[in-house]
Amino acid sequence: MTAAVRRSAPRWIPVAAITAMGVLLLVLALPFAALMARASPGALLSRLAEPSVVQALRLSLLTSFAATAIVVVLGIPTAYVLATRDFRGKRLIEVLIDLPMVLPPTVAGFALLMAFGRMGLAGQWLRVLGVTLPFTTLGVVLAQAFMAAPFFIAPVRTGFAGVDPRYLEAAATLRASEVHRFRRIMLPLALPSVVAGTSMCAARALGEFGATITFAGNLPGVTQTMPLAVYVTLQSDLDTAVVLSVLLLAMSFGLLLGLRAAPGGWWGLRPRAAHPGSSPTR
Amino acid sequence: MTSRRFAGLLAAPAILLSLALVGKAAEAGRSSSTLRVFAASSLANAFGDITREFERTHPGVSVQINLAGSHQLATQLEHGATGDVLASADQRWMEHVRSLTLLAGDPVPFARNRLVVSVPRTNPARIERLQDLARRGVKVVMGAQAVPVGAYSREVLEKLGRTRGFPPDFARRVLANVVSEEENVKSVIGKVQLGEADAGFVYRSDVTPALARFVRVLEIPDSANVIATYPIAVLENAPAPVVAREFVALVLSPEGQAILRRHGLIPAADVP
Repeated sequence: MTAAVRRSAPRWIPVAAITAMGVLLLVLALPFAALMARASPGALLSRLAEPSVVQALRLSLLTSFAATAIVVVLGIPTAYVLATRDFRGKRLIEVLIDLPMVLPPTVAGFALLMAFGRMGLAGQWLRVLGVTLPFTTLGVVLAQAFMAAPFFIAPVRTGFAGVDPRYLEAAATLRASEVHRFRRIMLPLALPSVVAGTSMCAARALGEFGATITFAGNLPGVTQTMPLAVYVTLQSDLDTAVVLSVLLLAMSFGLLLGLRAAPGGWWGLRPRAAHPGSSPTR
Repeated sequence: MTSRRFAGLLAAPAILLSLALVGKAAEAGRSSSTLRVFAASSLANAFGDITREFERTHPGVSVQINLAGSHQLATQLEHGATGDVLASADQRWMEHVRSLTLLAGDPVPFARNRLVVSVPRTNPARIERLQDLARRGVKVVMGAQAVPVGAYSREVLEKLGRTRGFPPDFARRVLANVVSEEENVKSVIGKVQLGEADAGFVYRSDVTPALARFVRVLEIPDSANVIATYPIAVLENAPAPVVAREFVALVLSPEGQAILRRHGLIPAADVP
């Protein structure tokens, strides 16, 4: 097999692959480079302190942190069930969870209004309880969580499913409860996936635009997150828009880079996880 | 392994085909029988009808309407978008485009529009007159400052504050009730139509017959209203300048003006 592959791989393949990659990288990197080139460091620093920038930054950090926390708390059990159980309708649930990933965000925002808006299906009942979501910061969190959840659940589910069942079986013969097996074996072994999912989710929440502006509206300090601020200032104040964009770009870049660096040795969990039989340190 | 080679064999024609299709589509977009009209979003319905009339009288010509906020249209043109005609919802952005020498001639006013307050039929905040907008807790939606309709709305509030029967701090109180600054006028009326907002400042022409089922109109007295002037012009690098001038002529003709009037706009000739 290997010999056959070697014989059938002509020399031009690596060249073609590198060329393809070069073209792709150029298309991906050029807009970012252009954005950075547009921002002078001096203007960047002076505008960073502008109240409108600080306000949007603070709101974005707050909402994407809250949205990520909600997704992690609800997503871990969901991913666990999907990774370990088979049941009727599972496919349907999986598709449902993936849907926000491919849905145009405006459609998602509109659907959220239909459900949680003042006149919406669930919104009418929420109103009785005194909870309003449209035009509130809580609405921003909901829109972000809705759009970002699949980016957490997909990798975590794969991570859980990838844990070698022999470890779990061994633990089960030692009468470890399911909760215990999850905490001691599954979660530590799948931790890199959980970290990856969390950063993807946070990055997606940070960049959320369409669902937010449709569902939560746009009001500085309340619902105007960084992406919305970029869109709005683009029409009146190009320099501030550039600063906001560069800031957003740097934050997303950092989140995704951190995610690449994290799994593996960093967490000091590999050795322990590789020998689940060894006594856990408390 | 053979399947891998097979995949490669498939991929190459697929890429070529898609490139060819993209090229073809771009070519179709450029052909001289297509007229590209950049129009402010408040013109959506009126220009839809004018376009149908134009295509009926100009067989072989197809009109594409690019609808967006006037500022967005200006930005698109500034960054190299090609179009034949620009119809803006205010003179400020038309002047901006003219200052970039992107116009082929002088802009001509073709319509006027006035602001109204739209309220959902269900009227959850029980708004019966304009003064009610200042009541605490009313959810008001308006255009952002950079959007013409947003600037006009703020101007109207200031004028109302100086009108008899309105408290002097009317503008401040209504602005404090604003729950969202929308990016274009259609989003404002959308939020009102869905009943999410209690009131929204829109153009009279935005309350179309189809929307009147969901939305009620509170008129703003002319003395406090802002009459927006809509200018139209042929663009400098228009791929189809002759057809473009014919389109502008139709908009200014009695038929065109009648269509605009049907959609709640004030014909240019009606205002001194």
